[in-house]
Amino acid sequence: MVEPDGNGSLAIKVRGLTKVYGPQVVLRNLDLELSWGNFLIVFGPNGSGKTTLIKALSTISRPTEGEVSVAGFDLKRNPAAIRRNIGLVTHQPLLYGDLTALENLRFHGKMFGLTNLEERIEKVADLMGVNSFLGRKASILSHGMQKRLSLARAILHDPPILLLDEPETGLDQEALEMLGQMMGAGERGRRTVVMATHSVERGLALGNRLAILSGGKIAFHEDRANIDEAMFKSTYGRFTGVAS
Amino acid sequence: MPIGAVLKNGLFVVSATMMLVVLYLVFMWVPTDNIQGTVQRIMYFHVPVAWVAFLAFFIVLVGSVGYLWKRTSKWDQLAYSAAEIGVLLTTLLLITGIIWAKPIWGVWWTWEPRLTTSLMLWLIYVAYLMLRAYSPPGDQGARYAAVLGIIGFIDVPIVYYSVKLWRTVHPQVIVGPAATGELDSSMRILLLIAAVTFTLLFVYLLTDRFSLRKSEDEVELARGLAESLR
Amino acid sequence: MTKFWPTVAALMWKDILLELRTRDIVISVLAFALLSLVIFNFALGPSPQITPVVAPGVLWVAFTFAGVLGLTRTFVLEKDQGNLVGLLLTPTSREAIYVGKMLGSLFFMLLAEIIILPVFAVLFNISPFRPELLLVILLATIGFASMGTLFSAIAVNTRSREIMLPMLFLPVVVPIIIGAVMASGTALEGGSWSDMVKSIQLIAVFDVLALVFSAFAFEHVLQE
Repeated sequence: MVEPDGNGSLAIKVRGLTKVYGPQVVLRNLDLELSWGNFLIVFGPNGSGKTTLIKALSTISRPTEGEVSVAGFDLKRNPAAIRRNIGLVTHQPLLYGDLTALENLRFHGKMFGLTNLEERIEKVADLMGVNSFLGRKASILSHGMQKRLSLARAILHDPPILLLDEPETGLDQEALEMLGQMMGAGERGRRTVVMATHSVERGLALGNRLAILSGGKIAFHEDRANIDEAMFKSTYGRFTGVAS
Repeated sequence: MPIGAVLKNGLFVVSATMMLVVLYLVFMWVPTDNIQGTVQRIMYFHVPVAWVAFLAFFIVLVGSVGYLWKRTSKWDQLAYSAAEIGVLLTTLLLITGIIWAKPIWGVWWTWEPRLTTSLMLWLIYVAYLMLRAYSPPGDQGARYAAVLGIIGFIDVPIVYYSVKLWRTVHPQVIVGPAATGELDSSMRILLLIAAVTFTLLFVYLLTDRFSLRKSEDEVELARGLAESLR
Repeated sequence: MTKFWPTVAALMWKDILLELRTRDIVISVLAFALLSLVIFNFALGPSPQITPVVAPGVLWVAFTFAGVLGLTRTFVLEKDQGNLVGLLLTPTSREAIYVGKMLGSLFFMLLAEIIILPVFAVLFNISPFRPELLLVILLATIGFASMGTLFSAIAVNTRSREIMLPMLFLPVVVPIIIGAVMASGTALEGGSWSDMVKSIQLIAVFDVLALVFSAFAFEHVLQE
């Protein structure tokens, strides 16, 4: 297990998180706790606030109200420390299209102030299987390759916590399997993962804890071991209003 | 009636009455300026409007700093309300200035430092209102506006100084008599009364707009909440 | 916190690499400035008496509007591919991001201006390569870049951002434009340093205020 650099016993602790975008209340008094080493899947239909939750955890979006602590660091007081301890993958690749894959990784690493940059790049490139196209511009890579590259970018600084916002969109089957095997297994031990998705099949296969986001709150949060697949699917169907 | 409403209604009655009194004094009581003639009476509107416009933008500054510091929406609502009234007042300021300039200076417009600075002020705060309209709703737009609300105010003295500098390099011929008649004591007293009246009117407008904006935001929020529950 | 200057350098290097590949900013600034110089010549007529009088004004109108064009590009590039999020995820101080982006814009604007100057010299029949004028250009462009970087980070998140940037930017930088036009006029007439001290001071004061305030405000602008 990866021990926190901060001093919190929980990887993620959210208390009373509310996020309002103008007239829209996206998250409403949301509570969430996750201990180290877990792989949490957050299900929710489109517009349920998954992306907003991931953005708040990754310090990009400032909560309207509430306490957020990630890796033992408080979001308001020490966002830089949180950023050092997380890696984020979203549906956008977050790559500069006119830079090569290698240049993208290098730039990102420099922004993190990594001292063993070239070594790290070699390692994650091997891990994500992007070695063969490091010299190519990001814009001419296929979606699947871009996704792998952005995964490589996210784990470049070896963060103990990974935040994934629907990472499966555009990922080929092979990379998807890799995601399952590797995202959990960090180099310093098991990584803590929060993954937002609306694909029930994939979530059930990957996570060891499952949660449903509905009405701006965590409406359901349970250990995978205690969950019956069929039951869960029908429960989730109730939340989304679609029978799956 | 709650105390706030009593105060607000009182403010309305007082400023409306005083406005009528000022109107009477301007046209019936105060002596005509012996150099400029009747047109000089516009001063009793022009100068107080300038003062209140400046006050409005100062409140935009206060609200903006308050918002960036505390991040509570009442500061933002204060700044936004003051900016709207400030733009209105600056528009009046420019119009009364143009009306006054034509018979006295012989031109509608001259790039005189105060005139030019007022025009720049107007442009900056029109941009402020545009920014509010085009920004994402809520906190993000409020922060953008707050940043501009602070820069705009810091910029004013620099603009004034720069226009003065520019004018000394490109001196302009002043057409017609220069407007430097001494004010007699009744003129000075009326100017003071007018300034107080406009300040009261401004406070009334600001409190009214502020409470209206608060209600608007609350209604929007309630609507959003209802939508999210559906 | 990562070290300040290495991150600034990394940001600048990234922007320079991108610019080398696309040439977006320098080419658009150049083309726009050249076109405005040419159009001004038509607007003002071919009379040789008028050119030395209007030349400094024409030069700064061209630089200002071309600058707005270039500044729009610098954040569109970050925003449209979602890279701004990538930047925000790094543990660098937001001031470092500001300084990096600002120095990048400054570099490209100066580059375009240096290329425009000889063309300006030919079209308006004057010799602009005087140290006084170069100093004025440097100082004024610093002011443009420091104010413009803050405003373009705002404008990029608004609807109709192409309008919003000039609306925000131009009224605020009026002191720079006034100072630059005056100082360039003096410089082109071969005036001495003491004639332009006040205008240069004006630009310098504006630069310092713009830099300090923007670096402070940048964090508030970046958050979502």
